[in-house]
Amino acid sequence: MSSPLLDVQDLKKHFPIKGGFFGGVTGHVYAVDGISFHINKGETLSLVGESGCGKSTVGKAILKLFPVTAGQVVLDGKRIDDMSASALRPLRRRMQVVFQDPFSSLNPRMRVRDILAEPIHNFGLARNGAELEEKVGKLMDTVRLPRDAVNRWPHEFSGGQRQRIGIARALAAEPDLIICDEAVSALDVSVKAQIVNLLQELQERLGLALLFISHDLAIVEHMTHRVAVMYLGKIAEVAPKRSLFAAPKHPYTEALLSAVPVPMPGKARERVILKGDVPSPINPPTGCRFHTRCPYAFDRCRVEEPPLRPVPTALEAGHLAACHLHDLSADRNPLAVSKGQALLAV
Amino acid sequence: MAEPLLVVENLQTHFRTPDGINRAVDGVSFHVNAGETVAIVGESGCGKSVTSMSILRLIPEPPGKIAGSIRFQGKDLLKLSEPEMRAIRGNEISMIFQEPMTSLNPVLNIGRQIGETLRLHQGLSARDAEAKAVEMLKLVGIPEPGRRVREYPHQLSGGMRQRVMIAIALACNPKLLIADEPTTALDVTIQAQILELMRGLKNTVGAAIVLITHDLGVVAEVAERVVVMYAGKKVEEAPVVELFNTPRHPYTQGLLGSMPKLGSSLTGTETRLAEIPGLVPSLKQKIPGCVFASRCPHATDLCVKVAPALEEKAPRHVAACHYALKEGAIAA
Repeated sequence: MSSPLLDVQDLKKHFPIKGGFFGGVTGHVYAVDGISFHINKGETLSLVGESGCGKSTVGKAILKLFPVTAGQVVLDGKRIDDMSASALRPLRRRMQVVFQDPFSSLNPRMRVRDILAEPIHNFGLARNGAELEEKVGKLMDTVRLPRDAVNRWPHEFSGGQRQRIGIARALAAEPDLIICDEAVSALDVSVKAQIVNLLQELQERLGLALLFISHDLAIVEHMTHRVAVMYLGKIAEVAPKRSLFAAPKHPYTEALLSAVPVPMPGKARERVILKGDVPSPINPPTGCRFHTRCPYAFDRCRVEEPPLRPVPTALEAGHLAACHLHDLSADRNPLAVSKGQALLAV
Repeated sequence: MAEPLLVVENLQTHFRTPDGINRAVDGVSFHVNAGETVAIVGESGCGKSVTSMSILRLIPEPPGKIAGSIRFQGKDLLKLSEPEMRAIRGNEISMIFQEPMTSLNPVLNIGRQIGETLRLHQGLSARDAEAKAVEMLKLVGIPEPGRRVREYPHQLSGGMRQRVMIAIALACNPKLLIADEPTTALDVTIQAQILELMRGLKNTVGAAIVLITHDLGVVAEVAERVVVMYAGKKVEEAPVVELFNTPRHPYTQGLLGSMPKLGSSLTGTETRLAEIPGLVPSLKQKIPGCVFASRCPHATDLCVKVAPALEEKAPRHVAACHYALKEGAIAA
């Protein structure tokens, strides 16, 4: 097998908290606390979790929008997390990003043409003005906006159209990987479907890899090849899509799936309603981070942190979960069976 | 038969803007029976929030203008004086807003904020109001209510704040609760907690609920009847199971089709999502025909010229479409 396009090893990002009389560091927010995953060429990996679990921080750390605390980020065989800014610059072309809010992620003082031309110009992807113009026109075709709209300003477009411009800007650099940070979350249902379809089609046609960061499990299931579930800065479970949705192997994933409201009135579903709130990432619980809310937690979970490892009862290969339950015999492990159908009422 | 708790008839809420009149709500009628949960769904800008604000007369006039009639227990709310209206708000009709951080006062403790409505509407003393506040916090499932009642909003998490909002709204035993996107700002596990709480409270408190939301999943979980709005108009209304099983209006069909269904990888239904092409029309132009005609796959000349009336397509199921099939009719 060929090496993955992106390989993240034991990535950590701790933000210092400053305070006190002398403004010293009084603590850390353990936003991302040792996570590893990879993305193959042309593959979509979704990163799901609730707010504050660190999923956006992972995206930003990969893009080196800030320095990481520890760990490695390897893009196509080259380690990039310790590169200097100038050495990284040519590699930035290969990783682009689409942000959540299409209203604040486009410069309001730039025409659409200039927004799209900037990456082409910066990375020297066009030899002359005519070629640049042609590339910009082609990008507009790709995201299905009229070519003559290049002379307009961002405020003249609706949310969905702006998100198309955001996608076109990401494509302008001809990347291998696009990080979509909640790229469809701010859009209305009918517009969301348009953008989801566009992203899927582009991925198939251009062979792009996507890191799809989202909290919307229905969209994730629709778009993705594999899913990584994050909780408090750690990966709780990572698996191929069908394996995860049909047979979740982490209690948190199970609770997440059962919490999503489904548009089927009157259907009976198995419910796991979690108690309480997500603990603070400043002072995460000892042992398994989920033990404070886990309906199945036992003594070991409070003291020993479970490693992320393959689950023997999983439906498909490559299904990893960080849970002590899988050390128990099958009759004592509530997650040994496939519960997806009961949870999702399908 | 007794009149329903709330009857909204031909509600028109228009706003004067520098470039014309914005018809945010344009002739909407619906009713809510005592103890019933009715959901109003639609995308941003369809007028669902303006409808709810109009019921409580929270629309600034001018630039807003509310016309039509809103009868609550037989009284037309639009004809009441401001003091009479104030006696209803927070007492007989109360509201939960989307953003629990901005709708709570950051400098007053939780107990004061719950107690305020009780002291104002029920004339309770400060001590009794605080005791009742503790009771309300217990009702909405906040642990250690005796301690929490002295805390301030910033000390609570998002889910807890929304529970406090619900406690404030229910403090005076309202007959009608308007919940405007009550769970949109919350995470999905917290959303599940709040929906569970609302379902449970409905049985114990017995208030009617008008639920404003864009999330069809939430609608399916809590509503009994659904009103679908598009561009300031009601386009369809039906009991919840009926609406999800046999949507009649092309917009409702489009909305349901464009939603990815959880579990699609198990059932092998991961086909391309249905798209509704185009954009919501501007509310500043008067649309002579059907408001959905510009995006509708079935639209004809008739739709562009003549606005379809709401018509009963099946028992208790109305839709505003020239071509939506009636029950028993055979597709042409």
